[in-house]
Amino acid sequence: MRGSGAQNPKRGSAEHDGDRHIEALIHLAQASAFDLLALSPPGWGGNLLRGLMNSVLIAVGAFSIGILIGIGGAFGKLYGGPVTRDLLELYTTLVRAIPELVLILLLYFAGTDLINRLLEALGYQRIDINGLVAGICVLGIVQGAYSTEVIRGAILAIPQGQIEAARAYGMSPGLMLRRITLPAMLPFAIPGLANLWLIATKDTALLAIVGFNELTQETRTAASTTKAYFTFFLAAGALYLLLTLFSNVIIARVERWARRGMYMETH
Amino acid sequence: MTQDAAASLTQGQSPDGAAEAIHIENLHKRFGQLEVLKGVSLSARDGDVVAIIGGSGSGKSTLLRCINCLENPTSGLIRVNGEEIRLKADSHGHTRPADRRQIERIRSRLGMVFQSFNLWSHMTLLENVIEVPIHVLGVRREEAIETAERLLARVGLAEKRDVYPAFMSGGQQQRGAIARALAIDPRVMLFDEPTSALDPELVGEVLKVIGDLAQEGRTMILVTHEMKFARNVATHVVYLYNGLVEEEGPPEQLFGDPKSERLKQFLSNTH
Repeated sequence: MRGSGAQNPKRGSAEHDGDRHIEALIHLAQASAFDLLALSPPGWGGNLLRGLMNSVLIAVGAFSIGILIGIGGAFGKLYGGPVTRDLLELYTTLVRAIPELVLILLLYFAGTDLINRLLEALGYQRIDINGLVAGICVLGIVQGAYSTEVIRGAILAIPQGQIEAARAYGMSPGLMLRRITLPAMLPFAIPGLANLWLIATKDTALLAIVGFNELTQETRTAASTTKAYFTFFLAAGALYLLLTLFSNVIIARVERWARRGMYMETH
Repeated sequence: MTQDAAASLTQGQSPDGAAEAIHIENLHKRFGQLEVLKGVSLSARDGDVVAIIGGSGSGKSTLLRCINCLENPTSGLIRVNGEEIRLKADSHGHTRPADRRQIERIRSRLGMVFQSFNLWSHMTLLENVIEVPIHVLGVRREEAIETAERLLARVGLAEKRDVYPAFMSGGQQQRGAIARALAIDPRVMLFDEPTSALDPELVGEVLKVIGDLAQEGRTMILVTHEMKFARNVATHVVYLYNGLVEEEGPPEQLFGDPKSERLKQFLSNTH
């Protein structure tokens, strides 16, 4: 009885000890979630936001390049000569066939190497290719292949009569592109282009593989340094979600504007 | 008799000495194996209202669309305001305008009105009307707007200036399209079945606008199914059959005393 009584408090204190330990750990984790995500060092929040900024920068750049390639590609496919059409078909097929990760590795390493070899062959110094620029270009090339198809479909959706009216009134091809074709195809292109934008924001994560400090890479660094994997990846997920929600607001506005001349039955 | 009529037109003589606005000679148009126009000649002087009538597949729309090279003729001669459209054959043997700038310049003075209106859907009515004057002809914006407002008032659409085409009736859209054509101060207006896509109750308002334009001496070439209208407004009627001019002449003669059996039958079917 006594013995057991003497044992009991001991066992109790051990249990209590264990509870306290876990409690302390939870407490530590809770406290440190905020500490860890603090904007200024030793918090990692600033790094995450910088990563997000880089991701957005790459996404904007890649998406813009993608649209430019897409416009050129769509017109080339629709109105170009047989050689242009074949080359563009090759481009869109290859880029859309190969996994993006493989393409990024290929274009990033082989691409920079190729440029440097070219520079050396021409008698110039090797250059250190900026990771940001390389990332934007690589993703831009990927985006361009998809944009080409989205924009081609949108141009085909324009009522032909509107193009014909532009021709009948003496518009030059350039003027027609700027004043008629591009704005008229926009309502048909926006859903597809919006998808591409959202994909672009997340494809930036693929650049982590080439060591570029975008959001996913920063998150990995922070998580592996602090071992707070859950906290940081949750935070990164939240940042991607916020970016998407914000994008949706903008896209909805752009779409409303682009569809200003479209009549829609409202029930 | 067709040959004679064509020949007399080709000489471009006119009792009042009006200048020749459109001159077409021996026009052929082939789509692949199908020859739609088999040597058509046509002429319009300033102030003429030429109505082109004919059954479906007679080539009347194709003929009109060849005037501003929306369709490239396979062979033949087209002169607009005395200027011949230079054509060349491309590597595939298709004929096309030899000089893009020439055809653009000529087009910018031909006001085309389409069967399906073809207003630009992303522009308001006013923007549609000022688009070509500003961006093709280089008119100052304020000036273009002033003209456009006057023209819209004329076709009865002053209050629709900021409305997008999709929110207007077919008749309103077509009157808007006529205002767009007038805004370029066209040398000739080309109407391609302007009332064929309209509900019957909307035809009248569009015909009235076109009729008014004819009254004030606008030069126009009009492809139409509205025989009564053609008879009332045209100064010259051309009946096309199977890619050839079957009969032509003043409306009283063509409608009142048709010579050709085919025209007689056509008129009895359409009345």
